[in-house]
Parts: sequence; C-alpha cells; structure tokens
Amino acid sequence: MTLRVNDLKVHYRTLRGDVHALDGVDFELADGEIMGLAGESGCGKTTLGKSLIRLDGRMRHVGGTVELDGEELPIADDRAMVPFRYHRVSLIPQYAMSALNPTRKIGRMIDELLRSRGVRPRKVADELRRRLELVGLEPDVLGRYPIELSGGMKQRVVMVMSTLLDPSLLIADEATSALDVSTQRSVVESLVGFRDRGYVKSMIFVTHDISLVHQMADTVMVMYAGRIAEKASTRTIIEAPRHPYTRMLIGALPEVGTTTSDTRLEGIPGTPPGLLDPPVGCRFRARCPLASEECLRTPPLTEVAPGHRVACWKTGA
Amino acid sequence: MLELSHVHKVYRVGAFGGGRLRAVRDVDLTVEPGQVVSLIGESGSGKSTIGKMVLGLTRADEGRILFEGRDVSRIRGFAARKEYYRHVQGVFQDPFSSFNPIFKADRVFEMIRSSYFPKVSDADWRERVLDAVGTVRLDPGNVLDKYPHQLSGGQLQRLLIARALLLDIRLLVADEIISMLDASTRIDVLNLLVDLKERGLGVLFVTHDLSLGNYVSDRTVILRKGAVAEMGPTRRVFENPLHPYSRHLLSCVPRMDRTWAEVDAERAAHPPPEIDLPTVAEGDFSAPLVEVEEGHFVGIDQG
Repeated sequence: MTLRVNDLKVHYRTLRGDVHALDGVDFELADGEIMGLAGESGCGKTTLGKSLIRLDGRMRHVGGTVELDGEELPIADDRAMVPFRYHRVSLIPQYAMSALNPTRKIGRMIDELLRSRGVRPRKVADELRRRLELVGLEPDVLGRYPIELSGGMKQRVVMVMSTLLDPSLLIADEATSALDVSTQRSVVESLVGFRDRGYVKSMIFVTHDISLVHQMADTVMVMYAGRIAEKASTRTIIEAPRHPYTRMLIGALPEVGTTTSDTRLEGIPGTPPGLLDPPVGCRFRARCPLASEECLRTPPLTEVAPGHRVACWKTGA
Repeated sequence: MLELSHVHKVYRVGAFGGGRLRAVRDVDLTVEPGQVVSLIGESGSGKSTIGKMVLGLTRADEGRILFEGRDVSRIRGFAARKEYYRHVQGVFQDPFSSFNPIFKADRVFEMIRSSYFPKVSDADWRERVLDAVGTVRLDPGNVLDKYPHQLSGGQLQRLLIARALLLDIRLLVADEIISMLDASTRIDVLNLLVDLKERGLGVLFVTHDLSLGNYVSDRTVILRKGAVAEMGPTRRVFENPLHPYSRHLLSCVPRMDRTWAEVDAERAAHPPPEIDLPTVAEGDFSAPLVEVEEGHFVGIDQG
C-alpha cells in the first residue's frame, strides 16, 4: 500500500471562520494505482492534492494522518516535509507555463532544481535524456527557453522533471486541462507509460473530466463538499455507480454521439453547500432526488462490494 | 442570416510586428435562423477570431461578412453600431470578468435599459427582466439583487444570455461559454442554447470540445490553422468524418464507451476510405472546399 490517508481534515482560515475544505477523508492507494479524483469545483479535490505535498499559509491541518510507504508524512510541519518533497512526493501543476522559470534554459533550471534537492545533476543526466526521448522530445530542448516550446512540450518537460527521482506518489492537478485534445491524449498516455515503467509508483490524477479518467485511471474517487462520495474501480464507477451524485454527474456528460434530438441530458439542480458552516447529515441531501429523513444523519463510507466504497444510505435501494 | 464569404484575417506578430500570421484563411460559412453552428478547433485555429469579426470587435482583412444582407465591416457611426448590437450579441468564456464586481449583477440589465429602452416604464421593464430571467431558467429571487461573487459561474453565464434576450436579438455568438463551468451546470446552459434555437435564434457556438459541439449543433465547422478542414451537418461530420484531421481529432476525444486503444484498433481494422482533398499552390492563400456528399464539405490538408 503506497498511500494511506486516515480521516484527514484540513480547514482554510478566513475572516469569517474556518472553511471545512476537507472533512474526514479516508482512502488508500495501492502500489501502481492511478486514481482519478473527480468532483465539482469547490469539492476539495485540489485541497486534497495540495495537502499531500504542501499546505499553503491559509490551510490548517486539523486532524488525521497520511502514511506514505508505511511512514507517516508530517504534513502539518512545512520544514519536516522538505526531504519528502520531490524525492518521494511530486506534483505536476495545471499550468506548465507558470511552473517553468522564463529566465532559465530548461537544462539549467533542471540542474538547479536537482542541486537544491541535494542531487548531483551528473548522476541523472543520462536518465533525463532517456526520458525526454520517451515522451517524444529531442534532448536539445534542454538548451532552449520555455518560451520556445509549445504548451504540450512544456507540459511534457514538467512531467519528466517532476518524476526524475522516481517518486512514490505523483499528484497531477488538472495536468492536461489546458491542453488541446490531441496533445492531451499523448500527455495522458505518457503518464500511464511512466507508471508502467515504474518511474512513479502511484498517481492521483485530479480532474473534472470523468471521460478522461475513464481512459487512464484504475480507480476513481468522487468527492462532494469536502467528503468522499464514492470510490471504486473505474469500470464500476462508469457502469454501475451507486451514489446518486456520481450517477447524476455521469448522466450530465455529453458524449460524442449524443445529440439533443435523441435525448436531452439533465444537469444537477442547485449548487454545492458552502463549507463555512456545512449542513448536518449527508451533504448532497439538498440536491438529491432520493433524500429522505435518514439522510439527516451523516452516512458512513461503507464497503458495498470489494474495493467499492460509498457514503450513502440509499445504496441498498 | 449570417454569411461569411472568403474571409481572411492576418495578424502582425513578432517583436516589431514584422511577421505575419494568417489567423483566418478563406473561410466561408453561413448561419440560418433557428440553427446552432459549432465552430470547433484547437488553440490557434482562428475560431475566436471569427467570433470577434462577426461581433465587429476586429475587422476582416479580406472577404465579406454579411448579416441579413448588410456588410458588417461597413457599419459606420455610433448609431448604426448600436443598432447592429440590438440584433447581434456575444457571450464569452469567463463570466466573472464580464461583470463589474463592485456593482450588483443585475446592473447589466439596467445598462441595456438606459441605452436601448429609456422610455420603458419601471413596471414594464421589471416584467421584461423577469421574463428574460425565466427564459434562461433562473429563479429571479435567487439571482436578482445579488453581487457577482454571490452567484455561480453557471448563473452568471445565464444572466448574460438573459441580458442579450432583452434586446431584439437574432444572432448570438457564444465563445467557449461553458468551458469554465462545472459538469453539473454545463448541460443546463447547453440546453438553454437549444431552447433559444427553437425560438428562431441563430447561434454561433465556438468551442474546443467536440462532444459539446456534437450535443447542441445542427452544423459543424472544424477549423485548422485558420482554414475550414471539414464542414457539414453535425451528424454526418461525426459519423463519417472525411478529413484526416477530423478523424485524428475524433480519435483523441476521451470517451466513456470505449478506450483509446479500442478506437485505434477499430480504425486499424476498418481503415476509413481515402478522400481526395483539394490542393492549392504554394503562396496561394485560398482554401477551396470540395462537396463530398450533400452539404458535407472537406477542405485543404495543411499537413
């Protein structure tokens, strides 16, 4: 088991009080697992990704633990996390543009990054070239400035760079959302290739695009309002979701081939609840067509089938 | 209703404006009343530039853009432009930057009233606003008298459409209007476009997302490097893509019913027939189209 997150609670401090962005998140990530993390904006998916690598100034670790390869991650201690970052936990941000220093050539920037993490660049130079080639980049990109590369090339450079030290956990936060469809496909396929070759042990792929998750992820975790709604294998989530939220989210997805003349899809009415003062009981209650009295109590995340966990009272129905 | 013929747009690029970039190359297209036309393309395909030219925000360098028979680029003077915007309106990608955050969101309605309908009485205007807000399926109690930050992206986007509906609008240019919205609210805005179409509005729907274009539109135009690669009835374009570029794009779209590997295997097992594409000489910036089946055109191959 690469990653084990127990009852993780992270709040944002604001002038009006604490925003309960992550409110008791509990999951595990197996070796070699690519987990898609999906949900609407404001559901806590980015907060979860950030919590595993670096809490920013407004975020406060309220409770829960994170274990990586059997060792506890000191996520609340910014300084104690330093040895883990890049070596063991790494991140691909959404905009590769803002992850690259515009005043440095790519090669020099990678060298500086490695030195700052206590690694001699010479030691990984051959590996770096090999991996660039693997994602379809010529080694001469190392002598170029970021501005000379296209969006897809930059994203691939960032991908190679962030996985150079073979981290156990890679967090890809909307890593392909800003790319064109055809570039998106090749970047996603390279990411899966990195996992297959063991460059990264496991991956959390944060996205709002469930059809993209279907192409690459082994499991999918759907979050709603700071809690986990459902986690299961990708096939189960797509073909037999149990949580009403997951069902409605998938039902609202237009696909190549669906047109308004055949069927008219429907969105989910309402908006997610504010997390400054989250509602009691099931948080999806106000938008859920199945909601009844028992939903006033918080549903536990229960295992309904091996590897399939759902937080809903209505899964038996 | 809207007719573009041989439209070109060339931008000056580079540090001193010495370079030239042909952002739109010889584009011909039409939008009829009651029709949604999708302009689909990747970044740099010229799709937004076409939208901007139709809205009169930038001028075409060659060719003509006709709206109900009148040349858009020949509209001169404040009064004539104002009259044009009475019938043609745009909605853009980021709803949050379309509103001034220090004013309440419904100020956009008030501004329409002061510039276009100064003589309408308060009660009558209130009626019209409520009607427009109802048409975009919003509950007036939830959205009126609120600041932009109190509303969701989907609500703001629908308010902007309601604002356009207060005018005597005939053509709506929707440039990536749902790219920033969540999956759960996206579909409501798309369904709204279909409602508008049924009321006889023409919609030019600019998007990079093939599945969204497929869902709402009657006709699809696929653009590549400024030129039309393929154009035709949506169903035909998606079921029987003819241009190699459209085929490639469609094979890259993430789908729920099959994986990329399955799509590739299928294509390898049943290779689509080769189509003779039109060609142009070096240095010729025209982009001819060939009609392969009724109303279904393919354009040049730009490698």
